[in-house]
Amino acid sequence: MAKVLVYSEVSKEKIKPVTLEILGKLQGQDVEVAVIGDLSEDQAKVLGEYGAKKVHKLKGDNLDKYSPEGFSNALKGFIESQSYDYVFAGATSLGKDLLPRLATQFDAGLASDVVAFQFEGDSFQGTRPLFAGKCLAKVEIQGPKPHFITIRPNALGMPESPAGGTAEANETSVDAGNLRAVIKEIVASASEKIDLTEANIIISGGRAMKNSENFKILHECAEVIGATVGASRAAVDSGYASPDMQVGQTGKTVSPTLYIACGISGAIQHLAGMRTSKVIVAINTDPDAPIFSKADYGIVGDLFQIVPILTEEFKKIQS
Amino acid sequence: MNIFVCVKQVPDTETKVQPSADGTFIETTSIKWVMNPYDEFAVEQALLVKADNPGSTITVARVGGVKDTEALRTALAMGADDAILVEAEDNLDSYSIAKALKGAIEKSGKSPDVVFAGKQGIDDDCLQVPQVLAQMMDMPSVSVIVGYEKSGEKLSVKREIEGGALEVYEVETPCVLATNKGINTPRYASLPGIMKAKRKPMQQLSLADVGVSADDRRVRYSDFQLPPEKPAGKKFEATDEAKQQEVVAEVVKLLREEAKVL
Ligand SMILES: Cc1cc2nc3c(=O)[nH]c(=O)nc-3n(C[C@H](O)[C@H](O)[C@H](O)COP(=O)(O)OP(=O)(O)OC[C@H]3O[C@@H](n4cnc5c(N)ncnc54)[C@H](O)[C@@H]3O)c2cc1C
Ligand SMILES: Nc1ncnc2c1ncn2[C@@H]1O[C@H](COP(=O)(O)O)[C@@H](O)[C@H]1O
Repeated sequence: MAKVLVYSEVSKEKIKPVTLEILGKLQGQDVEVAVIGDLSEDQAKVLGEYGAKKVHKLKGDNLDKYSPEGFSNALKGFIESQSYDYVFAGATSLGKDLLPRLATQFDAGLASDVVAFQFEGDSFQGTRPLFAGKCLAKVEIQGPKPHFITIRPNALGMPESPAGGTAEANETSVDAGNLRAVIKEIVASASEKIDLTEANIIISGGRAMKNSENFKILHECAEVIGATVGASRAAVDSGYASPDMQVGQTGKTVSPTLYIACGISGAIQHLAGMRTSKVIVAINTDPDAPIFSKADYGIVGDLFQIVPILTEEFKKIQS
Repeated sequence: MNIFVCVKQVPDTETKVQPSADGTFIETTSIKWVMNPYDEFAVEQALLVKADNPGSTITVARVGGVKDTEALRTALAMGADDAILVEAEDNLDSYSIAKALKGAIEKSGKSPDVVFAGKQGIDDDCLQVPQVLAQMMDMPSVSVIVGYEKSGEKLSVKREIEGGALEVYEVETPCVLATNKGINTPRYASLPGIMKAKRKPMQQLSLADVGVSADDRRVRYSDFQLPPEKPAGKKFEATDEAKQQEVVAEVVKLLREEAKVL
């Protein structure tokens, strides 16, 4: 049995869903969770139900906001006082920034953005996409322990039913050390939408959207089914959509349960970013558009006519 | 200012990836290599900083195969002053790459004021090297930056996080900054730029020269495979307005009952 720490990002005293995905796949290992800051009692209970034996709440000065050095120093101090074989975290914005620095504090290796894993005895074997998902490879870590792993959100899936159990919660004081990069301000995004990389449903528009106003029909549709709106690079470069909405090899790699591509041709760079979506729907006027070869359900037609009907149909099933 | 830029050379995004016969990497014989797209933003940002700080030098550093030097040549053609190339296999892991970059920077004899990198290599998609390098060099770092300004003695940079929200950091120099799309618009190399680049110095080093050995490898890949192909899907004709309602209703029904995603 490997001794494993799962670091869980917390926002507003709530853990991220990816933490539970990770815990679900760690059943059978000796698992503890660490958070920086506070966590509601409810959430600590949930962690126990999903298999955590202990929940360590790390507290100290200068840890109220994220900082790469502060969080890394705090976790380093704590991890050093224990003897973990593996440290897992979600490959969220924070996880992707933090874990490389933390692993290097131990001169240790990090396998990033893992989408599946198993333990062979005590040794970790992961699978991760490379070349934006154009291929998959096995990944193993060697050298000093602990070994570090980030897990792509939505990839493992939620455990069917939690094993049940209780976690013993404690507080540990930690030291953030000297900070040379600090957050002065956080500028919230205009939309309160779930990020593309964590979204369960995505509806994306391409060059065919023609302008930014027309994205309204995608937003209306997204509203009904709780989707996040994405875009192709052509739509972003033409100024119809903002850069953080770009899906693809030089945008975001996404793997929602449902991806709806509207007026997107399906260029190799776009497909690279969304091909691992569970179900793909394509709406395109050109019956030979390459996107149809990757689509589970293709609709040959004008998106400006199809999308509003789709929105109405979604409304029917929601009510 | 001494500005360094880490530039990776990656297969062109059009590449149809094929696993190599032994499964340890991809087939590279007929690949067209280009500068990692995110590193174009890093080079451009270095050029903008140099323009504001006359007398600065920009050194570009790369770890990888030496058969093709397209990425470094492009950086020099855009306006970087000199280049360092550390010879290595193209599937080195992030830890070894960062250690080699650190060695190369130290060997240059110049102490960096700022090191720019891209946020992500579009080959291994690791998002590791800038932060690992920063930790190894005992520097602060900010990744995924979409804004850069001077703020007194320090820098003010914007980091993009989930959902397009921004964290505004105040950073001390020297530091490592990893750039994202949106920070600037990379220039194209001009023809005179390309000609001049041919005469700019490019120093070549071995991994041993920069203190990296096989023992530094932390992550090992094997069994490269193409992802499973999807079976052909269902396609519906709905150009005729009269049929659209029916088709869309059918697709929504399939999403619910067959695919079970709604
Ligand atoms: C280095 C590099 C990196 C890149 N990275 C990315 C990336 O990350 N993401 C990305 O998306 N692209 C990327 N690209 C660009 C990519 O090659 C394509 O150019 C881009 O994806 C095309 O976007 P599109 O499908 O929206 O536009 P187009 O290819 O122009 O397709 C528009 C589609 O809309 C259809 N259409 C037109 N009118 C309608 C209508 N009324 N209703 C329905 N359909 C309609 C057309 O039939 C067509 O198929 C990259 C390219 C390079 C060189
Ligand atoms: N082999 C390399 N040589 C030079 N720079 C690199 C190399 N690998 C990664 N980098 C830099 O680190 C960034 C992030 O890469 P990665 O960690 O591979 O996703 C890239 O955009 C480059 O700026």
